[in-house]
Parts: sequence; structure tokens; C-alpha cells
Amino acid sequence: MPMPEKLIFEYSHAGRGASDQWPRDPGPAALADLPAKLRRVRPPELPEVGELETVRHFTRLSQLNFSIDTHFYPLGSCTMKYNPKACNQYAMLPEFLARHPLAPETHGQGLLACLYELQEMLKEVTGMQSVALNPMAGAHGEFAGVAMIRAYHRARGDLKRNEIIVPEAAHGTNPATATMCGCAVREIPVDAQGDVELTALAAAVGPNTAGIMLTNPSTLGVFERHIGEVARIVHQAGGLLYYDGANLNAILGKVRPGDMGFDVIHMNLHKTFSTPHGGGGPGAGAVGVGARLAPFVPIPLVGKDGERYRWLTEADLPQSIGRLSAFMGNTGVLLRAYIYMRMLGREGMQRVGEYATLNANYLLARLQAAGFAAAYPQRRASHEFIVTLKRQARELNVTAMDFAKRLLDYGFHAPTTYFPLLVPECLLIEPTETESKDVLDAFVSAMSQIQKEAEQEPARVTSAPHTMPVRRLDDVRAARQLDLTWKPTAQS
Amino acid sequence: MAFIPHTEADVAAMLAAIGAAGIENLFDEIPPDLRVKSLAGVPPELNEMEIGRLMTERARTDGAPLSFIGAGAYEHHIPAAVWAITTRGEFYSAYTPYQAEASQGTLQLIYEFQTMIARLTGMEVANASMYDGASATAEAALMAVRANRKSKSARILVPSTLHPHYRRVALTTAANQGLKFEDLPYCTAEGITPAASLARYDGQDITALVIQQPNFFGRLEDVDALTDWAHARGALVIAVVNPTALALLKPPGQWGSRGADIAVGEGQPLGVPLCSGGPYFGFMTTRMEHVRQMPGRIVGRTLDVAGHPGFTLTLQAREQHIRRAKATSNICTNQGLLVTAATIYMSLMGAQGLARTAAAAHARTRELVAGLTRVPGVHLAFSGSYFHEAVLQLDRPVAPVLKSLSNRGILGGLDLSGYFPELGNALLVCATETKTSADIDRYRACLSEVIQAARAA
Repeated sequence: MPMPEKLIFEYSHAGRGASDQWPRDPGPAALADLPAKLRRVRPPELPEVGELETVRHFTRLSQLNFSIDTHFYPLGSCTMKYNPKACNQYAMLPEFLARHPLAPETHGQGLLACLYELQEMLKEVTGMQSVALNPMAGAHGEFAGVAMIRAYHRARGDLKRNEIIVPEAAHGTNPATATMCGCAVREIPVDAQGDVELTALAAAVGPNTAGIMLTNPSTLGVFERHIGEVARIVHQAGGLLYYDGANLNAILGKVRPGDMGFDVIHMNLHKTFSTPHGGGGPGAGAVGVGARLAPFVPIPLVGKDGERYRWLTEADLPQSIGRLSAFMGNTGVLLRAYIYMRMLGREGMQRVGEYATLNANYLLARLQAAGFAAAYPQRRASHEFIVTLKRQARELNVTAMDFAKRLLDYGFHAPTTYFPLLVPECLLIEPTETESKDVLDAFVSAMSQIQKEAEQEPARVTSAPHTMPVRRLDDVRAARQLDLTWKPTAQS
Repeated sequence: MAFIPHTEADVAAMLAAIGAAGIENLFDEIPPDLRVKSLAGVPPELNEMEIGRLMTERARTDGAPLSFIGAGAYEHHIPAAVWAITTRGEFYSAYTPYQAEASQGTLQLIYEFQTMIARLTGMEVANASMYDGASATAEAALMAVRANRKSKSARILVPSTLHPHYRRVALTTAANQGLKFEDLPYCTAEGITPAASLARYDGQDITALVIQQPNFFGRLEDVDALTDWAHARGALVIAVVNPTALALLKPPGQWGSRGADIAVGEGQPLGVPLCSGGPYFGFMTTRMEHVRQMPGRIVGRTLDVAGHPGFTLTLQAREQHIRRAKATSNICTNQGLLVTAATIYMSLMGAQGLARTAAAAHARTRELVAGLTRVPGVHLAFSGSYFHEAVLQLDRPVAPVLKSLSNRGILGGLDLSGYFPELGNALLVCATETKTSADIDRYRACLSEVIQAARAA
């Protein structure tokens, strides 16, 4: 078990510091012009530590983490695929890192060429007419998408349309985004096979419908087979279709959202295009739109005049919903996605969806053979699938959470648990295409072993994990006795 | 290829286990008319050596000019250890720390970050970060509307001296939620927002006042008077601050008699490279009484079942994955990797290193202003103290001057004529501790030549 690490503040000694990293002191005269009443009186209490202890502390902290580089992460809906090292290395070339966001276009033709080509490639793989790269996360892209839908209706003088329809299994960001855009949310059910209930949809749409937000394959891990009919119903009612790109990896190179009838899509570049999750960001949530929404895309975009690239701004897109970031979003992330897409090329792009789907269906078949119950056994898995442990919970009193925690002891990150909420005791499992058969087989063995433990020695499972830096944490205490910043007196 | 490790034998064995004849059969639920016909618009694959060569050429095209642009993104020295550790796979390729037991490294680091940012801003609590300074400002406005229960107007006063892109992002973000942003005029002689100019709002319902310090022009606002004015009228104060400057300037928690209510800012100066605008991170802090109105992830320290301390995401009942349509924001991520860099940066710098950085940057900017204003036709636009950057006025349009400078490998600052036409030929310049006296003299000499040549023409 890795040893817990004390806080950086606890290493602090008055007078110590990594002074080789500091600039030379210009002396007090340099600050003589600053009015005393605007000056800080007491310096902030930051740690006073040397370089070596800082390096050791943060290296040790890193070792308390699971990561793709160290562990298999079958996290459904999160697409934790390998992040190629070349993408990082070549996005961090010194000229790219040093370039100021407001530097002139003449000192940015190399960068702009990459971003322009990225826009073009994303248009091609999604079947969209225009792509804006600046949203900084999936939810940010969702925001841009719904804001564009509202701007579209408004520009047509169709002011009543303020309802967004979402299936009940949608990601939480979908309804939260609708609210942020000033829309009401209307949830519709899915049928026993995991498809949207068309009668419920037809009853829900009307003159107030702004649009529908859909993930396809859905969060249930199955392809929405009636997508053509869904598109027809929503479009006929005057609404637009929003594609939540969380599950784009499933269909990359096989089906394009634009061809399915979607008007707008956000892509999680940190999922499908393999930019790192970074322990919770930075992501990138590029948006693609069809012709109807093209005038409304968030600025800036990259345009091309002859052989020169330039930023497109309000002057080019007067109906744009506006700016979403101070500059050009998470540019360094965009470069990583660009490098990844160029390395894959058109052949590789098609293999992604194929092998992600092969891995998911293989893992599902093996887990079913080992006695685990699929939530939708009569359906093909997409790039992910749901196993339900309701039998284990009922008969053995061992829950999906217990399995998830015990998997950590076996060296596997837990799958997504308790999402989507409509499947009881569920594990949403997404292996991604970058994992080998050996890893998937080892995961099946671990699951079978945990099943055996649940039958013979359930306490071993329900009290897991046993080998992590901490045991299960008291979340209620965390929320009730808030300890959000370290205070020397609160030392434990 | 495509980072897919499967051998032919693997594929055959896997298909046999599934009971499918081929990979194509796995897509049999997708209507055939929807299947992709061609991806001709995507170029053929490149191997690692080929992409390396392409990217190196593109980077070289962009060059390495000598830059004096600030305007919300600042070139500072980044200690070597910062990114050497940040790019370790265990940080770089980790997921969001939902599975706390397997993410103690990231969670503890965020807790340390929250502590450092709260101390730097003089506020009680911080979240785990927002997308960038502009989006943090927009979210702060939305938060103020939730937190100020006495105010019904959703009116937010925004000085014209706020970064113009931040104002645009706030408009985009909050436009559909009924917030009303009202621009405050600034004094064109001094480049600040005089508290006296707010008198026309006396007696009105104002939800919050935004104050940027230093402001977009680099000028120092009278934050105490502005804060007290807002509080006396029941408005909250949203501070927008530069974290480097906070090593020397009064922190928002101490503005006026009660301190600011929400403090946000761009975290980029804390160890994050310029990189054409991102990824950066925004920070957000507030008083404990408003913590449940704060958007974004928050890490707390708690105990495990054995009574040992550990870290976990907390107050998740505010967030979209629990609250769905009633969440405080749709934000689900933070900018974890940048927070990692910033936490290491702040540890290495400490209060003393950060203060030296701020002082050295300020000294260089003063040296730059002194040098450039020796050039005939160039003078300082505003009276009064500035920090970190300053506005110059030229005797001729700025754009052609900047173009000539850039042809000589110097990025001379930001032309303000598009943003603030009333200021005439205004140029925002910045120098940090990364510039030497020789760099500044080179800029001065080139500017002098460019202006002389233009006069002669």
C-alpha cells in the first residue's frame, strides 16, 4: 500500500525557498511608486520549501493516483484511451508554448494551419458544415450548442421555443446546460430495448420545442435505431437536434452525426481524440454545426484567404453567440487532438470505432459467460455496455459500488457506477480500442474472482478497497464538517 | 496502428467468443443507409517521425519574437520542475477524481491548491478551478445573482476598464439567464473608475459590482472606496485579480471595510505557458457563507472508515450530475492539469519568490515605459500608478507601427484602437521579469527608427 503523503505546508520552514528559480530582487525602490494603501501588508502564507522536497512531494502525490499510463480504466462514457506521447511532445514545442494569444497572425501561421486543418478533419468525420474549436470542455460545448439553437430560433422571430427535450438517461450536463441557456427541460422515457419512446417524443414536441439533446449510441450503450424517425419528428415540429458527442468513439469512421440528421454536435476531444484528462481537465469541446446554425458559431474560428490563415471574429460572423473564452479556448489541447488525428489518418479513424466496438462486445460476451447479467442482453453493445448486479445486491448484499471498490484492489479502475440511474446496480463499462485482449481477459478474471469472494467472503468485498492509500471515505462528514483549506490548528 | 494492439489471432479469438463472423457484423443495428461512405477529407496517416517533422516545421514558422504583449496573458519564468512533474503520466493521464481512493494524489493536490489560492486572495474558500479567467468572471456574476438574495434586479455593474474579452464572455454566458450587465464609464485622464461616478446608481437595486485590479490598462483602481460603495448599497463585490500582483497588492479579502465577496482571476501567470491562449485555468474564491452557491468542483478533507484523513470531492449536491437541471452550473470539469502546474509553481516560488516576480515585472514595465516615452511622439496615456503594464499614446496610428516592429521580430504590445477608440492611438505594453534591459533597449531603438521613418515618409 502506498504511504499517504503529508501536506506541502507541513514541509514548510521559515526562511527556506527554491531561490534559484526566483528572479533577482529589484530592491524596494522598484515599488516606490505604489501607493501604500493599495499594498499588501502581510505576505500570503505559501509554503517555504526547497526544490528537492517539492519534487519529492508532488512525485509521491502522483504515485497515489491511478492513471491510464499505469492502470486499465474501463470507465463508461469517459473513453479513457491511451494518450500518445507524441501528441504531448509535439504540442509542447517551445515556439507553440511561447506564442502569445494576441500575437499577430503573421507570427502564427503554423499554429493556425494546424487549427484550420483540425476544423476541416472534424467536419469530415462528423458530417457537419462548420466547426468551432473554442469551447473548453464538453459541457462548454453543450452550452455553445444550445445557445446557438436559441439564437437560431430568435433570429427567425420564433421566440416561444424555450423547451429542450432530453431522454431520461441523459448525462446530467444536458439538463443543466438547458437551464443555463434559459430553457425548460422536458424528459422523455426510453423503452425496454433502450430506444427512445417515439410516441412519448411525438407527444412532447410542439411549438415550444427548441430542440432535443441526444447521445447516440445512448448512455445505455446501445445505438438509437430509430434515429431517422426521431429526427423527422423533431424537425417537423420546428425543433433542432443536438448530438452529445460523449459517445462519438463508438461510431467514429462508421456513422456521421450529420448524416443522422443532427444540426449541432459537441465533440469531447479529450475522449474521442485522445487528449489527456489531466486529473479533471483541460478538456476541449469543439462544436460542429449544419448550415442552419453556421452563422451562430462562437468566435474565434480560423479562416483561410488564399494561402494565409486568419482569425474569424464578429466582423465575419455578426450573428455569432459570441466569445466563450478570453482567447482561443484550450489551444494546446487542440494541438494534441490535431496530432492524434493526423497520426491516425483516414484509415486509423475508421479502425477506432471498429476496435472500440470489438473490445466492448468481447468483454460483454466474456462477462456474460462468467455469469454476469447484461442490462440489454438482446442488443449489440456499442463501444460500451451495462452490467447489472441487482441479483448480487439482492442475494448476496454486495452492490455495484462494492464490486467497483474491490476492483481497485485488483489493479483496475472502477467502471462508471450508478449511471445511468434507470438501470439498478449498474456498471457502465467502456474498454476503448487501445486495450489489448490480455488486459480484457485479466479484467474478466478479476470480476470472476470478486464474484467468488462475494459468495464466499462478502465482507472482503463490502469493506474494499484494502490496498489503496485510504479506505472508503466518509462523504457525509466531508459535506457536513467542511474542511476545504488547511489551517495549522486543524492539523490531524 | 491507430494505437490498437490487436493481432489477427486476437481478433479471430474475440469474434469467436462474441459469435460474430466479422467486425462489420457488430454494426448490424445501424441502418445501412447511415453508414459512412468515405472519409476522403481526412489525410492519410503519418507515423511519429513524420508528424514530428511537420509540427517542428510549423512551430518554426511561428518563430520566437520578442514580445511585449500582456493584456491578460503574461510571460513568466516557469521553473523546470513544474512541467517535469505535471506531465508525469500519473497526473497527465488520470481521470477526474470521482473514485477518491484511487485519486488521492490529485485530490490532495487540489486541497493544497485551494488553500494556497484562498491565502493568496485573502478569501475563505476556493474551488478546484474554472476554465479560464473570463469564464470564472462570468460564473461569478451568475453566482452573485444566487448569493445576493436581497437583490432582485440581476443587475451587474461592469467597469469599462475590465478586460473587454471578459465582458464579452460574461455576456455570452449569462445572456439567456436574464442578467443585465451595465457598463461603467472610466476617467479618460486617469484610466480608472472613480467611485464618484457611481453616484447615479445610488438608491437603485444593484446585485454586484465587478472590480478588476490592476485593471485592463494596468492602472490601480481605488478598490477600498469601490468596495465600500457597493456594500453600502447592498451589492456584492466581484474582484477580478492577477495572482502574481497579489503577492504585493492588497488581497480582495481585505478590500474596503468588509472585503470582496467573490474573487476570481486568470491563473495562467502561475506556471502556465502562454500557448496561444490555453489551456489556462480560472480561479474562484468566496466567503464560507456563499460556498453552496459556488460552481465547480470542491475538494474537502474527511476521514476514512478507519479514521485516517483523506480527500474527496464534496458539496456535490450543487453539481450537474446530481442536481441536473437545478445545478449551480453545467460545468463538470475543472482545469486539473493546470492546477497541478500552478500548485507546484506556488510551492517553488513561495510568497517571497512570487513577490520578487511581481516586483521584477513591475520594475521592467517601469523601465520599458521610461525608455519608450523617451521616443519623440510617445507618451504615457494616464496619470497615476500602474502595475505590470501600461497604456502609451502614439502620435500616429498604432497598427502600422506594430506591423513594422513585428517585421523586426518585436511584438510591441496590443493596439487598443479597436477596443477603446476614444483613447486615440493607444498601445498597451507589458514587460515581465523575463525581459532584460537589452531587450527593452532594442524595443526602444526599433520604435524610434520606425517612428522616424514614418515621419520622414
